[in-house]
Amino acid sequence: MAFVEIQQVQRRIGVLQILKGIDVSLEKGGFLVLLGPSGCGKSTLLNAIAGLQPPTSGDILLDGESITGLHPSKRDIAMVFQSYALYPNMTVAQNVGFPLEMAGIAKAQRDADILSVAKTLQIEHLLDRKPAQLSGGQRQRVAMARALVRKPRLFLFDEPLSNLDAKLRVEVRAEIKRLHQQTGATIIYVTHDQIEAMTLATKIVVMKEGAIQQTGTPAEIYNRPANMFVADFMGSPPMNMLAGKVSADGRALVPDAEPGSLLPLPHVLAPGQRVVLGIRPENIGVEGGSLRLDLPVEVVEPTGSDIFLWLRFGTALISARLAATESPTVGDRLSVALDMARAVVFDEATGGRID
Amino acid sequence: MPSPSPSARSRLQDWLPRLVLAPSFALVLVFVYGFIVWTGVISMTNSRILPVYNWVGLDAYARLFAQPNWWMALKNLAIFGSLYITICIALGLFLAILLDQKIRIEGFLRPIYLYPMALSFVVTGTAWKWFLNPGMGFQNTMRQWGWEGFTFDWLVRPDMAIYTVAIAGIWQASGFVMAMFLAGLRGIDSEMLNAATVDGASSWTIYRRIVIPLLRPAFLSAVIVLAHMAIKSYDLVIALTGGGPGNATELPSTFMYSYTFTRSQMAVGSASAMIMLMGIAAIMVPYLYSELREGRK
Amino acid sequence: MSLSATAPTRMNRIVIYGLLLIFAAVYLVPLFVMLATSFKTLDEIRGGNILALPAQPTIEPWARAWGSACIGVTCEGIKGYFWNSIKMVVPAVLISTALGALNGYVLTKWRFPGHRIVFGLMLFACFIPFQSVLIPMARVLGQLGISNSTAGLVMVHVIYGLGFTTLFFRNYYDAFPDELIHSAQMDGAGFLTIFWRILLPSSAPIIVVTVIYQFTNIWNDFLFGVSFSSGANAPMTVALNNLVASSTGVKEYNVDMAAAVIAALPTLIVYVVAGRYFMRGLMAGAVKG
Ligand SMILES: Nc1ncnc2c1ncn2[C@@H]1O[C@H](COP(=O)(O)OP(=O)(O)OP(=O)(O)O)[C@@H](O)[C@H]1O
Ligand SMILES: [Mg+2]
Repeated sequence: MAFVEIQQVQRRIGVLQILKGIDVSLEKGGFLVLLGPSGCGKSTLLNAIAGLQPPTSGDILLDGESITGLHPSKRDIAMVFQSYALYPNMTVAQNVGFPLEMAGIAKAQRDADILSVAKTLQIEHLLDRKPAQLSGGQRQRVAMARALVRKPRLFLFDEPLSNLDAKLRVEVRAEIKRLHQQTGATIIYVTHDQIEAMTLATKIVVMKEGAIQQTGTPAEIYNRPANMFVADFMGSPPMNMLAGKVSADGRALVPDAEPGSLLPLPHVLAPGQRVVLGIRPENIGVEGGSLRLDLPVEVVEPTGSDIFLWLRFGTALISARLAATESPTVGDRLSVALDMARAVVFDEATGGRID
Repeated sequence: MPSPSPSARSRLQDWLPRLVLAPSFALVLVFVYGFIVWTGVISMTNSRILPVYNWVGLDAYARLFAQPNWWMALKNLAIFGSLYITICIALGLFLAILLDQKIRIEGFLRPIYLYPMALSFVVTGTAWKWFLNPGMGFQNTMRQWGWEGFTFDWLVRPDMAIYTVAIAGIWQASGFVMAMFLAGLRGIDSEMLNAATVDGASSWTIYRRIVIPLLRPAFLSAVIVLAHMAIKSYDLVIALTGGGPGNATELPSTFMYSYTFTRSQMAVGSASAMIMLMGIAAIMVPYLYSELREGRK
Repeated sequence: MSLSATAPTRMNRIVIYGLLLIFAAVYLVPLFVMLATSFKTLDEIRGGNILALPAQPTIEPWARAWGSACIGVTCEGIKGYFWNSIKMVVPAVLISTALGALNGYVLTKWRFPGHRIVFGLMLFACFIPFQSVLIPMARVLGQLGISNSTAGLVMVHVIYGLGFTTLFFRNYYDAFPDELIHSAQMDGAGFLTIFWRILLPSSAPIIVVTVIYQFTNIWNDFLFGVSFSSGANAPMTVALNNLVASSTGVKEYNVDMAAAVIAALPTLIVYVVAGRYFMRGLMAGAVKG
């Protein structure tokens, strides 16, 4: 049995079914990211694990024991909140020491622990300040220190980076990764930022409307999305989706956008079936690939490191990612190569991936 | 036809805002600050029935503080004010915390605690005067219900009457204080309370260590509002006890009125009004100053 | 806020609800006693229990309070005084609200050097004990020939209400984006046009709050009424106090209570109909920003 086991957790508020039977497991030392659009129930699930919003049914086990009925304070779980939830009337040191104080730990021991965690997070010089006198990044560190200081069995993070600016977010992300590697802590982390999920997670759970869409490693989720929702949610710009009909021999797709062409499928399918072919922008380039197309360039978006192109393909626009060394111009026709081996196919009716 | 030159018109536009504000400001300057000075001047004369302007310095203040009646008024204000402020705050906070426990009938209860604030002090005084009437009111009812020895005659006891003023005042204002605290409680980030829960704090600890310290602004506002109402309260005493029995419920406000308008000691009355003003200024000026400054940032 | 996690036990809930309901009963008792007494006959009151419902409800005390109770030397009930109060409240509320709106507009959107001093002085004026202006006011009203008149009381209430109405509108307009004013100015609108066409149409919420606040305050006022009017010109609160305090004849408690309820009715109705705004007004008056 895994270290964290979430079994068939449901939560209902009135007639609203917010969590529709969630099953998740996580090994000790793992880093699980709950990913999904706003309002899909990520915080609700996290709060259920913390004990703040008990599930209406289902069970949550930690280290082999059910914690579902336990009071939050008895679960030995620490949580970092989106707003950081620092106590404004207390200094940083008092904030960090608060959980220890509640646990009845002696003052001397407390001070030693506070100092040691402050060193780890490089906030020693801030210990006497009030939260109002800190910058956003510093507050974030204090919130993490308050969670770390308890050495809990499990850490919960609810979108801890969403209140930081872009640069700081990258820094703190690296910091969290370092802390995870250093301490070997078990972490469940909520975000709706897919880059955070990809960089931090050992395991990703993608949710939508209270239900799990896919569970897997970052690579699995990215390369083999279970359905069109996951495929669309991961990656920016998102995966290109071309709907169409499987050709008579079952080996190619006749896309609705350009019925005159044939796109070879990664595997043979039933002729006449309605499917959607998905291919990521980075699998469309100028070299290599298994299929060449000659397409007009409509938009060029340089990002510095890469260039995103929008190419006209019949009634559809297809995005492609090229190296910044290329210099396409709008209006030109460009010969691009599609790596069809990396394409994925979905059933148009159910949205599920077809293997 | 000569039209006003553009510069004249734009000059008018420049001055119009100030011209619009000017009458109001002038009224306030004259009728508030001018009159305060005027009252101050009268307090330094020996005016009796009508203002006369014979300068006698601080004589009226000396006479004021030589009056046992004035000391009585100050003592009563201290008793009334401290009870009124502390009990209103304690009760208001208590009710606010209770109402904040996800109470389904909150929408039904809140107006019940609050409605007394809509009443005039005269109505409140009249109602409580009847309710506390020893012969026919609450005391009589308890006796009829079989509690023969029940006695609640504070209204007519000189040593206790001031407490009935406090009771009626608390009844009227505590719901309002409750609403102030409730607004404060509702403004607290619920994530913070979740954090404290996860950190292992009990509800009692959360209130003591986090919530109540965060309500400081609400406490401050409540103290200021209540202190201000206590010093000014006049109608309640008049309607409830008329200042009596004897002078048992004399307050500075009733003292001022009776010395000025019925006892023909206008200078002494003015002096007492000036003392009241100083009391209120000592509370309000620092508060308003800090509020206005904070509004800046 | 609420502590969702610390799911209180059933027992706790019962205690909480019990306490809340007991307090609700305590707050309601005086109103109940007033109402019950006002429908009882004097006989029943003398023999009876104030917490009991009227045995033979009668509206006689209400009729007497309204039309024939003796206040001072006249025995025409409180109806005249009720109308006095209405005649005083309506113009005083309207004038002070209108001036407050203009003042708030100037103090936020047409700031001039010294505007903070001006506002500070107007604000402090809200909080002075009115005892410190009573004597000069009485003299001035006499000299203007409007002492003991509704006009005099209107003037007094307008002047001493200005601070609060200005405060309300100032705080409201302060949050109103300056860009709107600037763009209107570029479009060629002047001072009054901007006020009339842009600010006023979106001021309904604060007008409601101010009107309710002023209405309650002025209707409930006693000090100015008793100081600057007497006899048939007194407002409702003063008449009620005279009725209750009069010691001539038989004490008619039921009539007193009916008169008290009548005096309370207008503000209670406002409170019931517009409780949300009433509350906001009280808070705005209490907690400045
Ligand atoms: N008390 C409540 N009553 C009714 N619905 C609620 C309540 N709390 C949450 N919800 C609903 O539950 C759903 C899930 O909310 P939750 O906060 O878990 O979303 P989330 O995935 O964390 O979103 P975000 O990324 O915006 O934080 C939302 O649709 C929300 O509207
Ligand atoms: Mg959330």
